[in-house]
Amino acid sequence: MQNKRLLKDRLASKFMSLLTILPGLVVFLMVLGLYQRSRPILAIKPLTELIFSTSWHPLKGEFGLFPFITGTLWVTAVAAAIAIPLCLLTAIYLSEYVHKKLREWTKPFIDLLAGIPSVVYGVWGVLVIVPLIKNFIAPFFGTFSTGYSVLAGGIVLAIMVFPIIIHVSLEVFGSVPYELREASWALGATKWHTVKHVVIRKAMPGVIAAIVLGLSRAFGETMAVLMVVGNVVKVPSSIFDPAYPLPALIANNYGEMLSVPLYDSALLLTSLVLLLVVLFFDIVARVVLIRVERNTQ
Amino acid sequence: MEFKTHISVKNLNVFYGNEQALKNITVDIPSKKITVIIGPSGCGKTTLLKSFNRLIEPVDGVRVSGKVLFDGEDILDPKVEVTQIRRKMGLLFQKPYPLPMSIYDNVAYGPRIHGMNNKRELGKIVEHYLRQASLWDEVKDRLHQPASKLSLGQQQRLCLARGLAVEPEIILGDEPTSALDPKSSQRIEQRFLELKNDYTIVIVTHILRQAKRLADYVLFLYLGELIEHGPAEDIFENPKREMTKEYIKGIIS
Amino acid sequence: MDRRKIEENLFKGLMVTSTLIIVLCLILILATVIVKGMPALNGAMITQTPKGGYYLGREGGILNAIVGSLYLAGGATFLAVLISLPVVLYLNLYAKRGSRLVAFTRFSLDVLWGIPSIVYGAFGFTIMLLLGLRASLLGGIIAVSLLILPIMSRAMDEVIRMVPEELLQASYALGTTRFETALKVVVRQTLPGILTAILIAFGRGIGDAASVILTAGFTDNIPSSLLRPVATLPLAIFFQLGTPFPEVQQRAYASALILTVVILIISTVSRILTRRSTKNIVK
Repeated sequence: MQNKRLLKDRLASKFMSLLTILPGLVVFLMVLGLYQRSRPILAIKPLTELIFSTSWHPLKGEFGLFPFITGTLWVTAVAAAIAIPLCLLTAIYLSEYVHKKLREWTKPFIDLLAGIPSVVYGVWGVLVIVPLIKNFIAPFFGTFSTGYSVLAGGIVLAIMVFPIIIHVSLEVFGSVPYELREASWALGATKWHTVKHVVIRKAMPGVIAAIVLGLSRAFGETMAVLMVVGNVVKVPSSIFDPAYPLPALIANNYGEMLSVPLYDSALLLTSLVLLLVVLFFDIVARVVLIRVERNTQ
Repeated sequence: MEFKTHISVKNLNVFYGNEQALKNITVDIPSKKITVIIGPSGCGKTTLLKSFNRLIEPVDGVRVSGKVLFDGEDILDPKVEVTQIRRKMGLLFQKPYPLPMSIYDNVAYGPRIHGMNNKRELGKIVEHYLRQASLWDEVKDRLHQPASKLSLGQQQRLCLARGLAVEPEIILGDEPTSALDPKSSQRIEQRFLELKNDYTIVIVTHILRQAKRLADYVLFLYLGELIEHGPAEDIFENPKREMTKEYIKGIIS
Repeated sequence: MDRRKIEENLFKGLMVTSTLIIVLCLILILATVIVKGMPALNGAMITQTPKGGYYLGREGGILNAIVGSLYLAGGATFLAVLISLPVVLYLNLYAKRGSRLVAFTRFSLDVLWGIPSIVYGAFGFTIMLLLGLRASLLGGIIAVSLLILPIMSRAMDEVIRMVPEELLQASYALGTTRFETALKVVVRQTLPGILTAILIAFGRGIGDAASVILTAGFTDNIPSSLLRPVATLPLAIFFQLGTPFPEVQQRAYASALILTVVILIISTVSRILTRRSTKNIVK
């Protein structure tokens, strides 16, 4: 009886330890797998052409990704410009100025935003944001827009990343020791002065990491953006122009992928590029956050 | 013992939610002497100390009643500008908390808040108070390095310099040496003995020997009540209350 | 002094405003979905599959997508549990605390958490090519289970980590093996938290479009086998919205409402479970 139990334990242990390798393995396999499938196109076209050419004509065998790369950058930049100030202000307010009870009620509310599926954001974007831009915002600035634009994508994306930036920032602010604030107040500083010169300064690396995490989320977000951004293959020249971000490119063309030569390889290369960029920024941000956590202990 | 009163506490009560942390404290703190607040852990010593510079206010759910008269003015009055009160009192915490900036900026932080902007003046102030805290020689060549790089004992002396730089009238210390090694503790105690000529000092400690070494006046707090208070020799040699006798003998700890 | 007061009040105003904006966004989104979705919501939507000409405005409903999503998310969640639970138990009970494997695995899970769902779709696609699969329920399950694995693991890890060391030691002191402790003590103690993790992952899996667009295909029928294409709610919404017919677009809003309600229910239930679990935890 004893041996049976010990055997169970040992088997379970072996089984579990094998599974535990899985997460790390999956990351590696993803990069490897996508790379393997990208090789056909990399063998024919130089990487610089793929990245910098603006000519996207799959049927002719031309796969210039530049319009899509710039599309992604524009949309992410707009999302950043909107999300960063709003999230910072909100996180500081919730962390430093609000009573504990109110904070505990607001946090789940904001986290609810994170649960809403991408498609629903897209539907909302089409119903509310696109007409808003077409009928009010663009005319206000003296231009015309169909509404399906970089701005629409940026606004929707910004709202989608609010929860993650705020959530992580709140954690970082929470990790700043209370006594540090007390030390500043004891010298005669006001609350705001303390927040500005002590709390924010101490929390800065962590907050930047939070922003990077949020933006890398925005970078790879597909559905909601696809539905409001216009999907026109052209380098955008203003935020009222339509754009065609990389994730949308992959998602929109799954149908033709296998019927046109090299098309699947090009799209999988695009996925690989997305993966590598997101991996890079995520890893850097995570390492910073680990350091921040270590410092507060 | 003849003394001038610097702080006069009258019927001070502090509640954290439903718990009463301080019960009807009435006492006068003497000027330019070292007053030590003793008592077992968690008896309200820190609460009393932080009432003097109103640092207990930001805590969620705290209620304070009574008066704390400082130079005749009731500092608990909501009309009083709290930042000015705090400026007049420096506080040393148990663990040193250097601000996330350079050594120089730590000491200059207070003066800058209160309007001092002249670079040369600031430099002189920083040097003067770092000397006062007996830290100058060790840091004079690296004033612009982050304060976090200093050792624990150096950080505590930096906090002392930082607190002195706002030119307070009173120095408060919440177990200021309990996180330090014996040598650094000794240096801080030494500084206190020298500083009492110019400042009123109030220290909380649970180390009786330290109290004996430093105190001119003693307050004994137990479970939020002020059991006994008086000149140091009286309390240590001739305590009047039974509880005080037992604590001094080291039975309650 | 006055200039500082002005600055302080200015920022306070900005802070309150931005908090309000963010809260309002949530309310606005939910309100829009409800207002636009309610009119077109009717019994037929939930109980019928699309009949011929559905996308041209004729009868039917999205039963295909509802059932399809349930199958897909259910299958993916099942697969993810099979991997997440053992891994998290291993990290917390078997591996030495602070070992490199633990740190590396946790880090990998955090990194996987941040990978966009379209990349999971693309990777799922490459696996399908490798296995000779076509767009199907199975393909979708593979992609979505990879997507939700880090989400589920992280949520489980957070709960199981909180089990106090003393409780484990009390169990070992009675002579139990780690495996027995894992099942009889830890899982029992953290069951609400584990269920929450499963629910959260399920919610994510059912709502994601980018991972299924490349791997699951679409169909008007209720799935009958793992190897046939399957309809999903997110894609149903997307396709209905893309038609030029207002009646069909209305149905898209209704579908979005259905999906949102499902997610909200899942969120609320998991929050209640979390609150109950923290009440019972031995501290």
